[in-house]
Amino acid sequence: MNMNGGQALMKALENEGVDILFGLPGGAILPVYDPLIDSSIRHVLVRHEQGAGHMAEGYAHATGRPGVAMVTSGPAATNIVTPLCDAYMDSIPMVVVTGQVPYAAIGTDAFQECDTTGITMSVTKHNYLVTEAADIPQVIHDAFYIATTGRPGPVLVDIPKDIVDPNNPRSAMEWYTPDSHDLPGYLPNQAGDAELIRQAAKLICEAERPVLYTGGGILKSRGAEALLELAELTGIPVVTTLMNRGGFPDDHPQCLGMPGMHGNYTAVTAMQEADLLIALGARFDDRVTGKVGEFAPLAKIIHVDIDSAELGKVRRPDVAIQGDCRVVIEELVKALKEMGGSEAQPDRNQWRSRISGWQERFPLTYEQSKGDELLKPQYVLEQLRDSTPSDTIVASGVGQHQMWTSQYWKFNHPYTWVNSGGLGTMGFAIPAAIGAKAGRPDRMVWAVDGDGCFQMTAQELVTAATEGFPIKVALINNAYLGMVRQWQEMFYEERYSEVYLTRDVPDYKMWAEALGCVGLRVESPEEVGPAIAQANEINDQPVVVEFRCEAEENVFPMVPAGMSNSDVVVDPSQRDQPR
Amino acid sequence: MTAADDGGTTTLVVRVENKAGVLARVAGLFARRGFNIESLAVAPTDDERFSRLTIVVGVDAAPMEQVVKQLDKLVNVVDIQELNPSASVERELMMVTVRAEPEIRGQILDLVRIFQATVLNVGYDEIMVSLTGSPSRVDDFEGLLRPYGIVDVQRTGKVALPKLVKAAPDPLAP
Repeated sequence: MNMNGGQALMKALENEGVDILFGLPGGAILPVYDPLIDSSIRHVLVRHEQGAGHMAEGYAHATGRPGVAMVTSGPAATNIVTPLCDAYMDSIPMVVVTGQVPYAAIGTDAFQECDTTGITMSVTKHNYLVTEAADIPQVIHDAFYIATTGRPGPVLVDIPKDIVDPNNPRSAMEWYTPDSHDLPGYLPNQAGDAELIRQAAKLICEAERPVLYTGGGILKSRGAEALLELAELTGIPVVTTLMNRGGFPDDHPQCLGMPGMHGNYTAVTAMQEADLLIALGARFDDRVTGKVGEFAPLAKIIHVDIDSAELGKVRRPDVAIQGDCRVVIEELVKALKEMGGSEAQPDRNQWRSRISGWQERFPLTYEQSKGDELLKPQYVLEQLRDSTPSDTIVASGVGQHQMWTSQYWKFNHPYTWVNSGGLGTMGFAIPAAIGAKAGRPDRMVWAVDGDGCFQMTAQELVTAATEGFPIKVALINNAYLGMVRQWQEMFYEERYSEVYLTRDVPDYKMWAEALGCVGLRVESPEEVGPAIAQANEINDQPVVVEFRCEAEENVFPMVPAGMSNSDVVVDPSQRDQPR
Repeated sequence: MTAADDGGTTTLVVRVENKAGVLARVAGLFARRGFNIESLAVAPTDDERFSRLTIVVGVDAAPMEQVVKQLDKLVNVVDIQELNPSASVERELMMVTVRAEPEIRGQILDLVRIFQATVLNVGYDEIMVSLTGSPSRVDDFEGLLRPYGIVDVQRTGKVALPKLVKAAPDPLAP
């Protein structure tokens, strides 16, 4: 079938199962927006290209399917670099199509030209500059394959205008459906080595104080059920990193919650005291380990990861298994059953009672506001958690509100937590929530945002309002860049430098209304519940609820950067407790 | 596992797809992961789909295992051989122009003969020669020419292939 490159691009995307595309047109990508009209793919017109990228990420987080964004050349391409880097750090499958100046003009500093593949080389799993229309079907097929297999990640496809422009003879091509990949350097492996899995099972059967240290690889591999089986077979307690919140139910008796810099005391300390860490799809990130040399000093390490470069990158494992988390866990469960299953596990009552002692002495805690004081953000989040369905999808920005959400929410379902972990991208919440809602229209989607974050990407609420994505935003307005304020309080002798944002400017309620949302403002504890209930009832419009919160509230526990996890700073009210 | 020679370097022979931008991907990876390249040689292979990069990496710069694993993650990298100097044959080409007034030209030609180097071009008071050899032999030659006054020198960086198996197969083996 004869067609032009633009038609081929649309057909190729349809063939990959793309149902929604987040984008914004412009000069170089213009010819592709014409065949888009005839395509089955829904296009969501964003207000800034960064929004398109984060929406694609949110969609991928919530559905497991690759998110797709399409923008033009030059400034549009540079605007989407942040989401690409975000997706690269958090292993999010995403395909981004960018327009490029005509092939013959590349390198001439043409209008809206930039070296997109050069700029994005270090923030993509792979990228392509397509030079011939005939290459489009194969490149798109390969791009989705690379983005979704092995360790998932973003792939960018840069397309010069001439090969998609029907008025240019270079766009003429014959359609073909690629049936294979010509990628001699890319052979992702899923299965783990059987002998190593047996060794891992043996270590598990010998461990007296084991901890399952579970990361984003659990969710990426659709491995939550397998993890539950492994945990229940062995009785081993589970910590869920920021990237695996929801990958193991918070209400499960073995769940210790989030470890790391703002993890809860029990999760942090259990890892510190463990004699075996079973790291599943986790990468020993500095926010989890604290000072690496003093992290889990007594523990042997079993490390399972799809990316062999993670094995030994930070901490030398005793057993390193390259493979897909779900596949390896299933094999591990088999091996453990062959060794006697739960019968073969040593008596760990002492370990369990130490853990429950920590849980009793050091629960998450905060002091409720009194009298005229403003709201406590933790209280707001508890109320929100308790008055929304348990499968609500929560997207968050980056900072204090993100940590409080991860701490106080009860994640009992996989794919309900959407956040920017590795890159820590402020402004992630709103566009990511829109993407999640696009992927899961059946679910209630709340974005929990800070006032600093909100001001970075609030314009995408226009997209939500006009494209019909009734997301809800809980805006934790504490008038500060709160996390930075907390660091200045704790580590810079309360010398506050450029962190005050003001309480009343902008007027968030009016701004929300101007953006096409319902705007609500909440200032006292008794208004919190009714406002959330009101927001939950609104399904034809996005809602922004501004919660006016205490500025001085700090996130605890906290392991100060560069310190050992053994020196975790607990809430002031718990500092006299024996450790 | 790490193959370090006396110079504290390791040689990686990397087969890559012969596609635009591949060298930039490899060089960019070294730069952003903080690995240091001592020398780099690029050449086509007998299969036109692939090129071969010979990269000499300072072993102090980074754990070699990380260098290799990160390189291997590049989609265009097909395979990587880590060459231990004692198990490989290494060669480098040097072209050098050296001061050679007519009265001392003979001394230079003596060195050329001893090292089995090649005279490429002769001027009134300069001479251009080339030498192919192991990197240490090329170092020696360059060192001996230095006192005469090196005007210009170009070295390719080394290329390497693994040494071949010496023992014949056991005729009784199945």
